[in-house]
Amino acid sequence: MQTIVKVGMADLKVVKEPDVLTTLGLGSCVGIAVYDRFKKIAGLAHIMLPDSNQIKNNSNKAKFADTAIEIMINEMIKLGASQARLTAKIAGGSQMFSFGNGSSDLMKIGYRNTLSTKEILENLKIPILAEDTGGNYGRTIEFYTETGDLLVKTIGYGVKTI
Amino acid sequence: MSLTLEEMNNMYLDVLKEVGNIGSGNAASALAKMIQKRIDMDVPNVRLLSFEDVASVLGGEEMVVAGIYFQVEGDIDGNIMFLLDISSSKVLTSMLMGREDYTGDLDDMDRSALQEIGNILSGSYISSLSALTGLNLKLSVPSLCIDMAGAILSVPAIQFSQTFDNVLLIETILTEGDYEVKGNFFLIPDSGSFEKLLRSLGVYS
Repeated sequence: MQTIVKVGMADLKVVKEPDVLTTLGLGSCVGIAVYDRFKKIAGLAHIMLPDSNQIKNNSNKAKFADTAIEIMINEMIKLGASQARLTAKIAGGSQMFSFGNGSSDLMKIGYRNTLSTKEILENLKIPILAEDTGGNYGRTIEFYTETGDLLVKTIGYGVKTI
Repeated sequence: MSLTLEEMNNMYLDVLKEVGNIGSGNAASALAKMIQKRIDMDVPNVRLLSFEDVASVLGGEEMVVAGIYFQVEGDIDGNIMFLLDISSSKVLTSMLMGREDYTGDLDDMDRSALQEIGNILSGSYISSLSALTGLNLKLSVPSLCIDMAGAILSVPAIQFSQTFDNVLLIETILTEGDYEVKGNFFLIPDSGSFEKLLRSLGVYS
């Protein structure tokens, strides 16, 4: 039976076929879906910040791109996934608000989250097959373990599968 | 020395509640003056919420809401977000525009009216805080975004998350006749500014 597993903010989950992973209302956060196409094992992380090394309060590992990806991959391997086969799809990292006086670092957090996510995946040699990042709107995403499709839903910017 | 969440939870929530109360009271009278109608206000609800629970307060992560965001500058730095659900936004803009129908879609005029409402309400809130603390506080121009609650809330949540694992929410319910407007303030001081704020309120030394 297919279960829809919800991933909250600063949270991550790992599932097997036929389950579906979803995270709702991504803004500046980034949703990172990692997939083993052969074993049909998938993980989804909803990260808030780019780097755990820059923050003192870093006990919640799922909050940061670096630690969340590391934990997610380890959990996937435990379920039987092979790191060499992993691929990724990412979404989110938008800038919801902007101020006229040039944007502060904080306003660019979505961009920094996306950048950091890409760097970490590249270092781990996990190819990014598709992405839907940036802009100034929110996204809800669903990852299907059976097909490897990532569905991206928005308010006023349509629905697409990447 | 840094403040733990538990300490804040136990000792400072009451003070912040009082600030929220006075701020919201001033905001309600500013609004009443603007629309020339009587506005009633409930005692605000001040809560510390975990990230997972924030969006559920507003009806779920995918609920469409209006967020009006400000930068606070002066003796402390940080941000304020004023958040309204869509039906409250429609009620407020319709009152302001003198429309009888409170259900129509929001157009560009409504959007700028919403920014103005956010401006007035957040301004009242900030001046109460400023008067109580003796701190010099200024607000930037507002930035408005209408989108999913989860996406909008990710912005203050990310800011808060650099220091805490929770978010501070002040919920105010305003009523005019049969119409209810539920407004939520998020006060997000930058790290360091939070202790300064509490010290100015005389609750932290």
